[in-house]
Amino acid sequence: MSNAISALQGAVYQGYVEVREMGLVGMITLRGDLSSAKMKKAVKEACGVDLPGQREIAVSGDKGAAWMSPDELLLMVPYEGVADALAVVEKALSGEHFLAVNVSDARAVFQLKGKAAREIIAKLCPVDMTPGAFEPGMIRRTRMAQIAAAFWMQDADTIRVVCFRSVAEYAFNLLKDAAEPGGETGLFA
Amino acid sequence: MLILECPYCGVKGEETEFAGGGEAHLKRFGPESSDDDFHAYLFKRENPKGVHLERWRHTNGCGKWFHAARNTVTLEVYGTYSAQTTEPPKDIKDKISAKVPGWSWREFS
Ligand SMILES: [Zn+2]
Repeated sequence: MSNAISALQGAVYQGYVEVREMGLVGMITLRGDLSSAKMKKAVKEACGVDLPGQREIAVSGDKGAAWMSPDELLLMVPYEGVADALAVVEKALSGEHFLAVNVSDARAVFQLKGKAAREIIAKLCPVDMTPGAFEPGMIRRTRMAQIAAAFWMQDADTIRVVCFRSVAEYAFNLLKDAAEPGGETGLFA
Repeated sequence: MLILECPYCGVKGEETEFAGGGEAHLKRFGPESSDDDFHAYLFKRENPKGVHLERWRHTNGCGKWFHAARNTVTLEVYGTYSAQTTEPPKDIKDKISAKVPGWSWREFS
C-alpha cells in the first residue's frame, strides 16, 4: 500500500500567530438519529466522549466528536484508528438507520496558536469571535473567504480549522496572509 | 446585507453563509396536469416589492434547506421556518401583519 500523506505534509508558518497543518487526522462522518441511545453509545465507545449538543464539540486527548447538523456528527480519532472506530460504530448502531464513512483523506486540518488566534478567524469568517461569544466547546461551520470551513477552540490560544483537502493550499495561504506580522489588529487583546 | 437565522443549527449568520433557493411553497404540477398549470409551475414566479417568502439553504453551514419570510425593500427578515411545511407559521404571518397591514403573497395574507 502506498504511504498516506496529508495535503501539505505538516507545513508551518510562523507569523504573529503560528499556522500549522496538522498532518493526517482520522475523521468519520456519522449520520443518523442523534437522539437515539445507540448513537450515544456509538460516540462514547468510538471517541470516549458524550454525544455533543447543538453546535458543540467534545474533545478528549486525540479523539473527539463534533455536532455538524441535526443529523450529522464528525468523529475524530487518530488516523491509524479509523478502521477500528468504524467497526465500533457499526456494531453499536447495528439495526438502526445510519451512515458512517471514513472521510480522513478528504479533509485538511490546521491549527492556529497564539494569543491573537481569534483575530485570524475574525479576519476571514463572518463570525463574532469576541470572547464570550465564541469559546472552547463550540464548533462553527461557516465560510472562510471563498471556501466552506469549520473551526473550534482547543483552548484560549489554540484554534483548529478543518476544510476540504482540495482547498488545503488556498486555506493555508489565507491563514498565512492573515497571520503575517504587521497585520495585528489587537481586536480581542 | 441580510442576517438569517438557520432554524436547524441556530446559527445567526450573514447572507454569504447561505444560498438563496428561489420562491417558497411552489405547488408542483407534473404529468396529467394542464399545460397552463405546468407552465405556471415552471416559469411563473412572484417578484414582489415588499413581503416575500423564499427558500434558502445553509450552504456554508449545516447544509439544511429552510424557509425565510422577508421584505425585499427594507431587507427586514420577519422570520425563518422549517422546510417541512407548505405554509408560513402563524407567528410569522402575525409579525408580517404587524409591520405590513393588509399584505398578501399568493394565497397567503
Ligand atoms: Zn444551519
